[in-house]
Amino acid sequence: MDLNYTPEQEAFRAEVRQFLDENLPDDIRERVQKRLRPDKAMTERWQKILFDKGWGASTWPKEFGGTGWSPVEQIIFEEECALAGAPRQLDFGLRMVAPVIMTFGNEAQKKRFLPGILSGEDWWCQGYSEPGAGSDLASLRTSAKLEGDHYVVNGQKTWTTLGQHADWIFCLVRTSNEGKPQQGISFLLIDMNTPGIEVKPIIMLDGEHEINEVYFDNVKVPAENLVGEENKGWTYAKFLLGHERTGLANVGQWKAMMKRLKEVACQEQDGQRPLIENTRFRDRLAQLDAELRALELTVLRVLTDKRGPGPQASILKIRGTEIGQQLFEMLMEAGGQDSIAHIPEALELDYNGPRTGSIDATPSAGDYFNMRKLSIFGGSNEIQRNIIAQLVLGL
Amino acid sequence: MNFDLTEEQQMLNDSLRRFVTNEYGFEKRGEIISSGAGIDRATWANFAEMGLLGFTFPEDFDGLGGNAIDTMVVMENFGRGLVVEPYLATVVLAGGLIRDAGNDAQKADILPGIASGERLLALAHSEPGARYNLRHVQTTARKDGDHFLISGQKTAVLHGAQANQLIVSARTSGSVNDESGLSLFLVDRGAKGVKVDDFATHDGHRTAEISFNNVTVSADNLVGTIDNAFPAIEKAVDLGIAALCAEAVGAMEAMNAATLEYIKTRKQFGVPIGKFQVLQHRMADMFIHTEQAKTMAILAASEADSDDHTSRREAISMAKTLVGQWARYVGQQGVQLHGGMGVTDEMFAAHLFKRLTLINLLFGDADHHLAQVSDGLLAKTA
Repeated sequence: MDLNYTPEQEAFRAEVRQFLDENLPDDIRERVQKRLRPDKAMTERWQKILFDKGWGASTWPKEFGGTGWSPVEQIIFEEECALAGAPRQLDFGLRMVAPVIMTFGNEAQKKRFLPGILSGEDWWCQGYSEPGAGSDLASLRTSAKLEGDHYVVNGQKTWTTLGQHADWIFCLVRTSNEGKPQQGISFLLIDMNTPGIEVKPIIMLDGEHEINEVYFDNVKVPAENLVGEENKGWTYAKFLLGHERTGLANVGQWKAMMKRLKEVACQEQDGQRPLIENTRFRDRLAQLDAELRALELTVLRVLTDKRGPGPQASILKIRGTEIGQQLFEMLMEAGGQDSIAHIPEALELDYNGPRTGSIDATPSAGDYFNMRKLSIFGGSNEIQRNIIAQLVLGL
Repeated sequence: MNFDLTEEQQMLNDSLRRFVTNEYGFEKRGEIISSGAGIDRATWANFAEMGLLGFTFPEDFDGLGGNAIDTMVVMENFGRGLVVEPYLATVVLAGGLIRDAGNDAQKADILPGIASGERLLALAHSEPGARYNLRHVQTTARKDGDHFLISGQKTAVLHGAQANQLIVSARTSGSVNDESGLSLFLVDRGAKGVKVDDFATHDGHRTAEISFNNVTVSADNLVGTIDNAFPAIEKAVDLGIAALCAEAVGAMEAMNAATLEYIKTRKQFGVPIGKFQVLQHRMADMFIHTEQAKTMAILAASEADSDDHTSRREAISMAKTLVGQWARYVGQQGVQLHGGMGVTDEMFAAHLFKRLTLINLLFGDADHHLAQVSDGLLAKTA
């Protein structure tokens, strides 16, 4: 047992750091570090830069154009990216649909879809939840009927994150009403430009447009876009959720946030002293720092486990989201009354107008509100605890 | 011991409940928030007619001679309906200050104007870097003949841009953290040298950053005695905190009602999600916290008018600590139980959550007030 990184891993970290130093554009870094409004072009530009370097997919095997990195290397890469102020890569393609296509898709699908995900040319979104099917995902009703060489899709998806930008959506659709609800679900890849698809924005509580409803009205989808077998989609969906949950631990990003929070606590004034000298605030910061360390090492433990991530991925989702939410909450609290103002126009790079308090206070309450989603989506934390209770503890 | 509202307070409560339900709905509130001023003059005139704006003023100055319990009744209902009008700024904070510290001429000049709804005032006290320390004032008022010249920067001035007049704290002697040496001045918002930046807040209210650059104020605009304003400022803020605690309780009750309704109707796995024990227990905790918060809001209101400094400060800070913590729990869990719907702008629950969050940040968060209680404890045992 040795919790230290090996010399090779340290060298790898240095290599990543140097690459980021030299290649992460300043405007992107600034946008990310100031927690300004995310921007599609920025995400695409950064993906292209990584792609050109051969680092487009840190979690993929080499045969599909990935880096072939070990889990520890993947984590080092993610952490360095977050610390440098690189934007998050788009999970929906890289970490969600791609592993499904690699594992369950046919050769033609791998050839057709993986390159666009890797280069960032294709923007993917997720079509899982429906208004009546959230935690109870298996009750989904969006239907796909096979008619000749294509499916006809009807129904509605919701909470579709960044669907307004998407070229493709991977959907769980109902292809059968026989047997248990889980048995009639299929996994379908749908071109967002197909006639009959309508995307409607949902404005979130921070006033931002991040999620959408997606309506399907007699949408014709080529039968060849079915992944794996008809009515086996639930298996693929569960496989994907396992991947999503590991990603949701988000340790790299939280470490970068923790670093920033400590800097903010040193800068913010609490009367005649810096906030960091306020013992109540600092104790809570220390507690959170310790919890983040526990999460970081637990992620490494789970990811280096040769048996692969099982239901204990739920631990990572729960702890990752709870810690993330607390980080944003403390950033808001650090700003105190400076955090109360809502200045949406200040979330753009060129904003020069008035604000309340420091630049860190500006996005802090909005971010905190927005981050309440973390314990709700990707399988709510209540559902994750059910998974632990049932699949790990056998209750 | 008696926790009952008086008959008049009960009537006030009933009529306000009707008003908020019937005339200050979610859509109407949305229109007010997105309007230029961010407040609704017609509603304000309505409040004046109902007698709300002078409730706590002496009868000699067009008031009804009420107390902080009356304010509690008002604020609970405002919390329930998320009313965004400048009641806290104008009536509770500024009105309370003039009532408690102003001279008769100032009371005669200002209080009837507030009561009739014609005048809006705001308290400009907090400063950048002060965080929640009330003594931390760097704004100065320099005597210049029979005038004062005020210079400095104020932050988190609730409804500052909407006010006709500001009550500004400034240092007339002493250094930045001294309790003594503070004075209060009435300053016209439009006076030369006053610069106001108006901001919307996340919960639909307004706040201002205001700078004063050699603003000339005549000596008769001094409120209270020179150098000795701190106790009055502290008391006004305590009145404000008691009001915010009551508002939080109203918002918590509304959150519980909305959440209960949601988990009874939202079905997953073939049953209303309220059938799941984990959600039942969560909802039970939300209910427990709200009932306890209500008790603390009553304690705060009962002590807010008191001149017994130690007992008032302890009660107010205990209340703000616990209400802050419980409002956080109820806000977060109310959103959580609404699932994805809870994080959308269209749900009332999301707006209740935002107000509950910001209430915790105003005039000292739970950490700050726990420190106050803790310091008081040490002083008593030492």
